Amino acid sequence: MSAATILEEEQKHALHSREFGFWIYLMTDAVIFALLFASYAVLAENSAAGPTSNDLFDLSRTAIETGLLLVSSLTFGMASIALMHDQKGRVVQWLFVTLLLGLAFLAMEMGEFGGMIEKGAGPEVSGFLSAFFTLVGTHGLHVAFGSLGIVVMIGQVLVKGLTAPVRSRLMRLGLFWHFLDIVWIGIFSAVYLPGVL
Amino acid sequence: MEARIAGQRVRAALRSAATAGLICSVPVLQGCALSDAPVLFPKGPIALAERDLLFTAFGIMMIVAIPAILLTLLFAWRYRKRTRNTADYAPEWDGSWGIEAVVWLVPAAIVVVIGTIVWDATHRLDPYKPLAADKPAFKVQAVALDWKWLFLYPELGTASVNELAFPADRPLTIEITSDTVMNSLMIPALGGQIYAMAGMRSEMNLIADGPGTFNGRNTMYSGDGFSDQHFKAHAMSEADFAAWKEKVTGAADVLDAKAYVDLHKQSVADPVRYYSSFETDLFSIILRKYAPIVGPYESKAAELICRGAV
Amino acid sequence: MLGRLTVEALPFYSWVAMGGAAVTVGGGIAVFLLITWLRAWKVLWTDWLTSVDHKKIGIMYVVLALVMLVRGFVDALMMRAQQAFSLNSEGYLPPEHFEQIFSSHGTIMIFFVAMPFLTGLINIIVPQQIGARDVAFPFLNSVSLWMTAAGAALVLISLVVGKFSQAGWTGYPPYSGVEYSPGVGVDYWLWALITSGVGSTLSGINFIVTIVKNRCPGMTFMRMPMFTWTTLCISILIAFSFPALTVVAGQLTLDRTLGFHFFTNGDGGNMMMFANLLWIWGHPEVYILILPAFGIFSEVVATFSRKRLFGYTSLVYATACIALLSFTVWLHHFFTMGSSANVNAIFGIATMIIAVPTGVKIFDWLFTMYKGRIEFHPSMVYTIGFMVTFVIGGVTGVLLALPPADYLMHNSTFLVAHFHNMLIPGALFGYFAGLNYWFPKAFGFKLDTKWGIRSFWCWIIGFYLAFMPLYVLGFKGMSRRMEHYADPTWQPYLIVAAIGALFVLCGIACIAIQLYVSARKWGSARDITGDPWNGRTLEWATSSPPAPYNFAVLPEVTDIDAFHDMKILGQAYQPPQHYEDIVMPKNTWIGPALGALAFALGFAFVWYIWWLVALCFVLSLVCVGIRASDDNSEFVLPAAEVARIERERLAQISPADMHDMHDYVPRGAASGAPLTGTV
Repeated sequence: MSAATILEEEQKHALHSREFGFWIYLMTDAVIFALLFASYAVLAENSAAGPTSNDLFDLSRTAIETGLLLVSSLTFGMASIALMHDQKGRVVQWLFVTLLLGLAFLAMEMGEFGGMIEKGAGPEVSGFLSAFFTLVGTHGLHVAFGSLGIVVMIGQVLVKGLTAPVRSRLMRLGLFWHFLDIVWIGIFSAVYLPGVL
Repeated sequence: MEARIAGQRVRAALRSAATAGLICSVPVLQGCALSDAPVLFPKGPIALAERDLLFTAFGIMMIVAIPAILLTLLFAWRYRKRTRNTADYAPEWDGSWGIEAVVWLVPAAIVVVIGTIVWDATHRLDPYKPLAADKPAFKVQAVALDWKWLFLYPELGTASVNELAFPADRPLTIEITSDTVMNSLMIPALGGQIYAMAGMRSEMNLIADGPGTFNGRNTMYSGDGFSDQHFKAHAMSEADFAAWKEKVTGAADVLDAKAYVDLHKQSVADPVRYYSSFETDLFSIILRKYAPIVGPYESKAAELICRGAV
Repeated sequence: MLGRLTVEALPFYSWVAMGGAAVTVGGGIAVFLLITWLRAWKVLWTDWLTSVDHKKIGIMYVVLALVMLVRGFVDALMMRAQQAFSLNSEGYLPPEHFEQIFSSHGTIMIFFVAMPFLTGLINIIVPQQIGARDVAFPFLNSVSLWMTAAGAALVLISLVVGKFSQAGWTGYPPYSGVEYSPGVGVDYWLWALITSGVGSTLSGINFIVTIVKNRCPGMTFMRMPMFTWTTLCISILIAFSFPALTVVAGQLTLDRTLGFHFFTNGDGGNMMMFANLLWIWGHPEVYILILPAFGIFSEVVATFSRKRLFGYTSLVYATACIALLSFTVWLHHFFTMGSSANVNAIFGIATMIIAVPTGVKIFDWLFTMYKGRIEFHPSMVYTIGFMVTFVIGGVTGVLLALPPADYLMHNSTFLVAHFHNMLIPGALFGYFAGLNYWFPKAFGFKLDTKWGIRSFWCWIIGFYLAFMPLYVLGFKGMSRRMEHYADPTWQPYLIVAAIGALFVLCGIACIAIQLYVSARKWGSARDITGDPWNGRTLEWATSSPPAPYNFAVLPEVTDIDAFHDMKILGQAYQPPQHYEDIVMPKNTWIGPALGALAFALGFAFVWYIWWLVALCFVLSLVCVGIRASDDNSEFVLPAAEVARIERERLAQISPADMHDMHDYVPRGAASGAPLTGTV
């Protein structure tokens, strides 16, 4: 066996391991979110002297945020399909659309946070708001890192082309992105919905 | 050869271990009899029941523990490697359903037995459970402070610091909270402990066998003055308690809101103090100071206590 | 510019603080000068610090653990000395110092002794036990190491700049909150936990994937050595439980730094949530520390009893049971918080259930010794000492699991004695057994057994003297963490405990002497075959120390004791038909760089140096980005080079070096096969 083929064999195995490892990483991340959800559930009623969820949450804004994130998952899916068909240009296009949607989501979330802090409902006001900002903020931070990942991957696709490692990374980034979508659905139904009902 | 040397080495080491053990056990044997250990020789039925549970479980576990320890030493000795070895050797023997069944089922059976006992005991000895007695319980409210204990006596309208007194012939109900970090109130001779936490009320029901003085303390590390945060608990006869009541009601100090704010400041190893009266609803004010939901203060005193200053 | 870091942070306010700082700085300077004098910087950097070889990473982990063991033990000695003399007096340590010392002792022993020690042993051994050439993610492994080292460095630097936490190793709020502990101490503690916690999480992920994906042909799950099994179980525990530590430490950090209200008194905080989250991590952590030691005991007891392990299947299931149950018992750490009787009883019974599989393990080791030929190698002696002592700890553990009994013993020295009774024999003795057992594998020569046995006796005598009195003091009503006390009947016990600590000091000295003496007579105690103890599992099939690739040809396995069978069948030490090219990971500077950045980031957070926080964060992202875009992180070791290394090794081994396998009755396919070794 030549050095090139043996390297290739090894790479295949390594990428396999990375994909499996990434699933486990996602699981650890899921544990983090689970505990942040639990913290929120414990503290949700503890608004002390500050505003309650009824005073703060705006379902229509949240609905738009949810829409943006759901559609971004769809567009990432389109990028994955393009990847399967080896359409490099398409991959980049769909990734770019996903990135825009992700950034739009982040912008809306920052707007929401900013508005709350301006209204005197920052995280230092009560246990409820601390838990809210930490849970939603951690998700937002993940979306930010995901967006950074998309930027890096657009660069890699353009520079390196659709090589095996690039494909594997794209696949893992996709997992990450869809995972964030699921977490957001959790946030929507465990934080925002009960908060206004 | 090597094995024999190893054996000698073990024997020599055992000898030195025994010598060292003997030397060190002398101070232990001198003058530290355990008759004053409150956990082993309790002065109240609750602590006694808790200790008995401890002893029962300990005894039952010896069914497994003693064979395990003895067999380890026995096997290590019996099957040690030596030149002329008469002991059996079975290098491929790696399992036996019989032994497996015993080592899984016997401990499991013990857990079932102890588990049943524990289920019952935990409910019977729940610190929140009021004690059955002929006379009504004597109620005390305890507040953990840095680094002292404040006791309020709603029945008497008085308060004391670092001293707890109660009639020996009545059960004692202590309501507990903290106006500082997490503490844990314990009078080992009478029974277990429970945490004191700000904004939360916990409760402990105890009873003494008869008149006596017991040590009590905070067992939960809470900062620099922690070591000195202890008090005496006096279970008193009717006459003694009446006299004590007299003494406290006659005290010059009054625990109003302002005095409480002063008392709340950190201090170490405070002397015993008595107050002839305390601010109305002091305990519930301290509780609501940290409550997650706050509204307007019900009184000037409440505002002073909750804010620490006007 | 420097946040809240001022000249006042330097330790000129007390002699104790200056002493600690002087030792730390002096030690650092001494190491620096020694390396410079040896002209070893280049070698150190290229061969060690930047290495991604799991064996070297493992050795560095163990070195870190041993260094921190000395630091953590000095803390213990100081506490014992204080309590021995502080009857009705202040002793020699003011509360402020005493509190820092017990906080750092616990933190160091758990996070920077036990964790790196076990991770180090796992790193050195597990890939070899499963017949693999490396871990699944060699670079990630290096990152894990340097994150752990960064955490340890944060604890050490707290002696020199500022103070360490005074809130105990569990750091319960509200005391650890900013209102009651306004200084930098708790922040040092938190950042040390967070950085090393991230390192551990990555290790956990790495070893799950390694064990699941990298086993050699034929090694089914039920043929894995016990140490590998325990590693798999604790890796899963790490992956599930360390996120809880990250969350709880993160929340407390937010409380302290940005004024959040997770755990504060009032404003809607809830301190009980901290206890729950901490112990959701903390209880599995106990088993993370103990299970690998159980794995080591399983290997040692089979090897030195010269027998197959008794009840392998049973041990595997017992391990898995313990791992699973460890998530269901966290509430037993705070029965006294006022939960309902139902809740307390359920958690108490769940706790007792764990005693069943644990007891099974003890008996399985016992019956491995039965009808064996036991050699009293230091590893085996540690194992026997563990079995006897651990039973006592198990009994006191069940006592504490009875909620009403726990009401009496909670927060007392009985509790302190109990968990030391679990962790010293149950974890540390296991690691020491592993150290004595696998040292030749890592370094190519055997450790002196005489000093090994001496260290054991010092440790075990010291242990009994130090902790049996604490059990008694618990009955006498002594709380843990007391800087001084007023009861004269306590003092004799505390003096005995202090004498015990001195014995342990001798034990540590014996280990140091053992290492020194063994290194001195390196040539005479060389391990030529790579199999000094007539071992049974695959790690003994490699040379000592192993070639970078461990196995020139991946072994094929048909049973549990793979190498034992190879020796009986005469397949050991046979050159293969042909050698092949081997892909190896390249060394990289990014691991140590990320560690350094994590240290600087933590330090900057502790002192509120926000520009440095931002800088470190961006630089870390750049490092990760560089690595993530690097598709050229491996190289090929040509077959000719592999053949040269292997031939050189095999040429050294003469039949006289091999173990006599006649004692083992060949069975099954092995019957009648040639036996290697001298008769």
